[in-house]
Formats: sequence, structure tokens, C-alpha cells
Amino acid sequence: MSRAPDGGRIPAPLLVPAALGTAFLVLPVVGLLVRAPWSSLGAQLAAPGVGEALRLSLISATLATLVSLVLGVPLAWVLARSRIRGRSVLRALVTVPLVLPPVVGGVALFLVLGRRGVLGGPLYDAFGISIPFTTTAVVLAETFVAMPFLVISVEGALRAGDARFEDVAATLGADRWTTFRRVTLPLVAPGVAAGAVLCWARALGEFGATITFAGNFPGTTQTMPLAVYLALQREPEAAIVLSLILLAVSLATLLLLRDRWLGRAVP
Amino acid sequence: MRRSLLVPSFAVALALTACGGSSAGEEAASTSSSSAPASEEVSGTLTVFAAASLTDVFGELGDQLMADHPDLDIQFNFAGSSALAAQLEQGAPADVFASADEAQMARVTDAGLAGDAKPFASNRLMLAFPVDNPAGLERPETAGIPSIADLLDRDVTLAVCAPEVPCGAAAAEVLDRAGLGDVPDTYEDDVRAVLTKVQLGEVDAGLVYRTDVLTAGDQVGAWAFSEAEAARNRYPVAVLDDAPNPEAAQAFVDLLLSDEGHDALTEAGFFEP
Repeated sequence: MSRAPDGGRIPAPLLVPAALGTAFLVLPVVGLLVRAPWSSLGAQLAAPGVGEALRLSLISATLATLVSLVLGVPLAWVLARSRIRGRSVLRALVTVPLVLPPVVGGVALFLVLGRRGVLGGPLYDAFGISIPFTTTAVVLAETFVAMPFLVISVEGALRAGDARFEDVAATLGADRWTTFRRVTLPLVAPGVAAGAVLCWARALGEFGATITFAGNFPGTTQTMPLAVYLALQREPEAAIVLSLILLAVSLATLLLLRDRWLGRAVP
Repeated sequence: MRRSLLVPSFAVALALTACGGSSAGEEAASTSSSSAPASEEVSGTLTVFAAASLTDVFGELGDQLMADHPDLDIQFNFAGSSALAAQLEQGAPADVFASADEAQMARVTDAGLAGDAKPFASNRLMLAFPVDNPAGLERPETAGIPSIADLLDRDVTLAVCAPEVPCGAAAAEVLDRAGLGDVPDTYEDDVRAVLTKVQLGEVDAGLVYRTDVLTAGDQVGAWAFSEAEAARNRYPVAVLDDAPNPEAAQAFVDLLLSDEGHDALTEAGFFEP
């Protein structure tokens, strides 16, 4: 009983840094809200290109998340469950995009998928297909930068998950693929969902790799972060408005998803 | 020593109002009267905000000034002029601002952050292309400088600067004049990004400054075109009113406007202002 009143209290050594951390993360956003040109908001919203950039951002971030799910969940399983040699090297390699400056990532994508690239070159010569400066390039750039977030989340969930359920499934005669589909995946669904949300958010905010590899063309490759950056050079107020739109849409999406999807999965 | 600067700034005011290029030669000649004031107390830290296209030549001039004044340390902030103007508007501390066009300098002077700005150079766009010329662009066999419309096919992949930055404003003017406004495939955030894409061979051509072409050496091919002259951008420099180190700032501007500065700019490929 003596623990009950203390249990609700946050110890001061944790409370103070936590409060400072919150302030540090939230105050800049408050600053955006305070400095926003509310009177001209309508005009800024109606400015040509804003809707286009927002639509492109949402579509490309969603596609990048889907690609990351299809490729990243199996990759996370390999990292967490398989016994292949050099697994720790593999893990380090696939998380390189986390530390690589995204602009360098964009150049690296050129070297592989550009029309002079290792893979892009033959593709261009044989079929005349050039990936840079297309919406496909935007999705690829975002996937490159965002997929490691998903892989790490899912791998963490797999490691934390109880492998005995899988062992039981195996003893009951399920092969590894069936076990993965029917047992493992449902068990780590919250981890996959959390990873997908992180991945989507990172893709939505992606700037460096996108402007390098996909360029900047309204309607095709100009996503919201690119529009914000260029608006900042001309008219900071417009940049603030664009940022607020991105903020509002991403918050709304995440809240909606949390209720619908994460809310059910996470107790 | 300081007073002699009134002469060039007066000539500059004339050059600013008269947009024609004819007064440019005279103006440059008059700046030669100012020489570096070696006797001044110049020390401490000097912060220079300068357009990305000035990176190499300002680095050289900075080294020279620091050699003349051993107690001086120069910090450069090279970026797109628009980004620099935005930073200055937000209160970034700086002594000198050198912009790649008058529009971005006007943002700073209109905000009351600097007095009069002096043009010190100008730059022109060229059509740069990868050395192996993947689009097979051809220069017509004519005397004189061709129009960009004669150099560029409509179906090439073309990179230009975004209209928000000075090189993009110039590029838009060039392409609009030639009726090629719909040809670009990407609007890059600064001129070096355009140059990189040309060097990598990912675009067939790009509009970059003549100075960038010289920097790239034999890594790119480039042609001049006739529309560039009218769309050239002038580079103004100003000492900021709140400069923490006004003596050093003035020394840097004096060096820039001196014969030495003029020679360094010419060697880097800049034109008269």
C-alpha cells in the first residue's frame, strides 16, 4: 500500500529533463503557430502549387511506406530470426541511410539508378527509361531514407516477441512461411504499425535525397518540404503556412491511424 | 582613405539607375582609385555572407586579406543569395553581404539592414552540357553568338535554377525570351546543384554561370548564347549597418573593389558590373 501514492508521482530527476525535453520539441512548433500569418492564410492556401505539392507528398510518402513494408518486414525477420552469417554486418549496412546525409544518399542513388548508373544505365540504354526527375524517383528516394526506420522497429518487435509461440507452431507441423504469416506477423503487428508510421512520417518530411535524386518540378517531384524550402528563400511567411499545412495533415493522419489501427493493437 | 570611396559609390549609383551596359567600363575604372588601407587597425573576426558562386574567388581574396592582417580571421557563409537574405532578415550577425543579384540585396537594404550597396561584378549564364554530349546538341556554324533556341532541342532534359534564386530568375528570363519556358525538367535550389547534375550526366544540359563552367574545367562543355547578356545579374556588396566589425568589413569591400579584387574576379570569369 505504501507504494500506491508514490507510484503516480514522477521522480524529480526524471520530471525536470522530461519537461525540458518536451519544451524543446514543442516550442518551435508553437513558434510556427505564433508567427503564422493568419490573416493571409486563405490566400496562401489557395496559392497555385500548394495542393499539388501536398497531394504529391501524401501519395509518394504512402507509396514509399508500402514499398518499405513489402521489402522491410521480411528484411527485419531475416535480421531477427535467421542464423545467416554476417547478420550484424547486414544490419549495419541496411541502417547506413540513417546516418548518411540524405543529399549524399541522393547522389548515391544517381550512381546506381541514374541514367549513367550501374543499374539505371542499362535500363536507359535498353528501354530509354530514365528514373531521375520522375515521381518514381521521389518514391525511391523516400524509401531509401525511410525504410531503415521500419526495419529497426519491426526487428525490435520481433526480438522482444516471444519466439516460443513460433516453436509451438513448428511442433504442430506448420512450416516457417505459415508460421510467419499466421503467428509471427499477428504477434508483431503493433511493431509493424509503429514502424510504418515512423517510416511514413520520415518519408513525408524527406528533403535532401529527394531534391538531389528527383529534382524539383511542380506536380512531378516538388513535394511539400521542397516547396517549403524554396518558399523560405522568397517569402518566409509562405514557408510557415506550407509547414503548418504539412503539420496539420500529418497530425490528422497519425491521430486517425492511432484510433483506427494502433489504438486497437496497443493496449 | 575612406573618403575616396564616395567616388565609386556615386558612380555605382549612376550604374544602378542606368541599366545599359555602356557605363560599366567607366565605373570599373573609377574604382581603381581605392587601394587596400593597410594602415587601418583590422583584426578580430570578419563574417562574410556571400553568394555560392563567389566561393572560390572570395576564398582567395579572404586569404590575401588575412595575410595582410595577421590578427584577422574571416568566416565565410556561402549559400544561395536568397537563403542568405532570409538569414539576415531573421537577424543573423554578419559584417558583409555579397549577393548574386540586386533583388536579394534589395531585400536586405529595404529591411534597413544595410545602406547603399555597390555592384562589383556581373555574371552570365551559359548552356553547359556533359562532355560526351548525350543529347547530341549542336552549335550552328554562324559567326557571332547564337540564340539559345538554336542550341537547345525542346526534348532535352534540362536543369535550371529555381526562380526563387538569382540564377533561376536569370534562367527564366532567358528561356521566356526564347519561348522555351516549358523545357526545364527540374528547378534546382542553387547553381552548383545544376552543375553537379550536368557533371554526373543525368541531364542533357543545364543553365549555369560562366564562372561555374570555368570552375568545372574540362568536366563539362559549354556554349555562350545571345540572350545571356540581357539577363545577366549584377553582384552588389554592402557592409551591414549592425556589422560587429565594421573596420574589417570596409577593408574587405575595399579589397574587392580594388584593382586586385577586379583582377581576381576577372580571372574567375566574372564580367564588369
